[in-house]
Amino acid sequence: MARLSTVNLCKSFGGLSAVLDFSMEIGDGELIGLIGPNGAGKTTVFNLITGVYRPDSGSIIFNGQNITGKKPYYICKQGIARTFQNIRLFNGLSVIDNLKISFHKDVPYQLVSAILRLPSFYRGESWIEERAIQYLEIMNLADKREELASSLPYGEQRRLEIARALATNPSLLILDEPAAGMNPLETQELTNLIRKLKDNFNLTILLIEHDMALVMELCERIYVLDYGRAIAQGTPEEIRNNPRVIEAYLGEEVG
Amino acid sequence: MVTKKLNWTHLTISTVTLAVIFTVFQYLIARQLIDVYYQINLFMLGINIILAVSLNLINGFTGQLSLGHAGFMSVGAYTAAVMTTKLGYSFAIGIGAGCLAAALMGLLIGIPTLRLKGDYLAIATLGFGEIVRVVFLNIEYVGGASGLIGIPQLTTWTWLFVSVVVTVVVIQNIVNSSYGRACISVRENEVAAELMGVNTTKYKVLAFTVGALFAGLAGGLYAHYFFIIQPGTFGFFRSFDILVMVVLGGLGSTTGAIVAAAFLTVLSAGLQSFPEVRMVLYSVVLIITMIYRPQGLMGNKELSFRTFQRIRGDKNGPVVNREPV
Repeated sequence: MARLSTVNLCKSFGGLSAVLDFSMEIGDGELIGLIGPNGAGKTTVFNLITGVYRPDSGSIIFNGQNITGKKPYYICKQGIARTFQNIRLFNGLSVIDNLKISFHKDVPYQLVSAILRLPSFYRGESWIEERAIQYLEIMNLADKREELASSLPYGEQRRLEIARALATNPSLLILDEPAAGMNPLETQELTNLIRKLKDNFNLTILLIEHDMALVMELCERIYVLDYGRAIAQGTPEEIRNNPRVIEAYLGEEVG
Repeated sequence: MVTKKLNWTHLTISTVTLAVIFTVFQYLIARQLIDVYYQINLFMLGINIILAVSLNLINGFTGQLSLGHAGFMSVGAYTAAVMTTKLGYSFAIGIGAGCLAAALMGLLIGIPTLRLKGDYLAIATLGFGEIVRVVFLNIEYVGGASGLIGIPQLTTWTWLFVSVVVTVVVIQNIVNSSYGRACISVRENEVAAELMGVNTTKYKVLAFTVGALFAGLAGGLYAHYFFIIQPGTFGFFRSFDILVMVVLGGLGSTTGAIVAAAFLTVLSAGLQSFPEVRMVLYSVVLIITMIYRPQGLMGNKELSFRTFQRIRGDKNGPVVNREPV
């Protein structure tokens, strides 16, 4: 069964069609890439899947459930988590508090227990804290837990974003340009990390990336968007040799 | 880091400190060792602390700019006063009804208006405050423009002190919990919060409702201390005064809200003797504070046992890995 499928998604802003008739099917455990020139509508697709935008038409089915037009927090609870192209951390909070917010959807105590400081509050907070530290350890951030998120170097902020997304316990992880601004060495580390996470957490992963080396090495299948339309899909090898893709990236041949 | 267990030492120290403060003032008031003028300011200070701390939950922690706090205060004041003065219920029931009415109003107003952001929300809440004022102005049953008079003076030092403590404890306990973190995440980055599974609308409404409830409490206490309430008392300027306390103290610091409420109440009282220049000096003090402490007196820091540990730790070397006392 498909983990996620989108059927004929359309979204326009004013007169501009950002996404047009976009259909995609992602199987359980797949690692899928979404590529395309700037402004092709890749991030809009992510925003549609995660509920930031409502599609004008079309539908999104996740784990057999129609999540079209649902609120982002609801979609997150169903098991889709994402990171952002422009990092969106809770900058004024400590690293560990950034993670703790991800556990709020499963908060194990009531508001009243918090106000009255009942034993269930202390149990619940310990549970949240232990889980948060686990995720920080996985992402190699445990020794920075008390630092402000905004004070972390860029690469660590990216890792914290991934940690925060993982902490919501997703089955589908969506990464929006995870390697943006990284040097080749950092990109290689990231590639290994994504592989490791996919295996350890049984994740299905969908990612946007401009770094072709990363996409070609990592992704099992690739969708190519241009002007809001899917112009090609296939294995990295097929995409590399697809004339329409080359045309979209490099322009038409003269003559 | 959140303490995972109740710290009995800290609880004992806090309780003893509060008990001492309470007893000292109780004694001074009972023996009439502080005159009426200082007593009025003492009660105003307590009421202002409740207002500032509760508005801070909405403005400081959840990041929603509300300019209608006096509106909730007046709903609480009028409801409580009508319950005791006109309907003959006890003070406790009156205060309870005032809190509930204000909270209910917060909920009703919050659900539609909290879809708005920033300036638009500010204008909507400002409008709400004015509507409440005009409504009370036109209800003859509560005295219209001349106000509701003959309210018994039932707000005692005990009532006030317990109310302040309950307000601070409840709001601090909310803020330092997963529910509070959800509120703070709305302030920090609403989009990210929503995508991490936080129902942002729900937490905005929660903050609004709890904030309104305590504003209602402050209103009830106010009405039963000053004998009379008039719609004009709860106008825009009142809301603005509370906002100034929150901003001056530092958005997102309960300690800051308390310190600023105390500071401004005392300053305002101290300047009573210079009526001509009072507002000028008041403004100058605010401007100077904002130039030198733009983040507010406390920033977003809190004064807590950890602060004392840190200060002591600095004297005795680094506190790294040291077990909390």
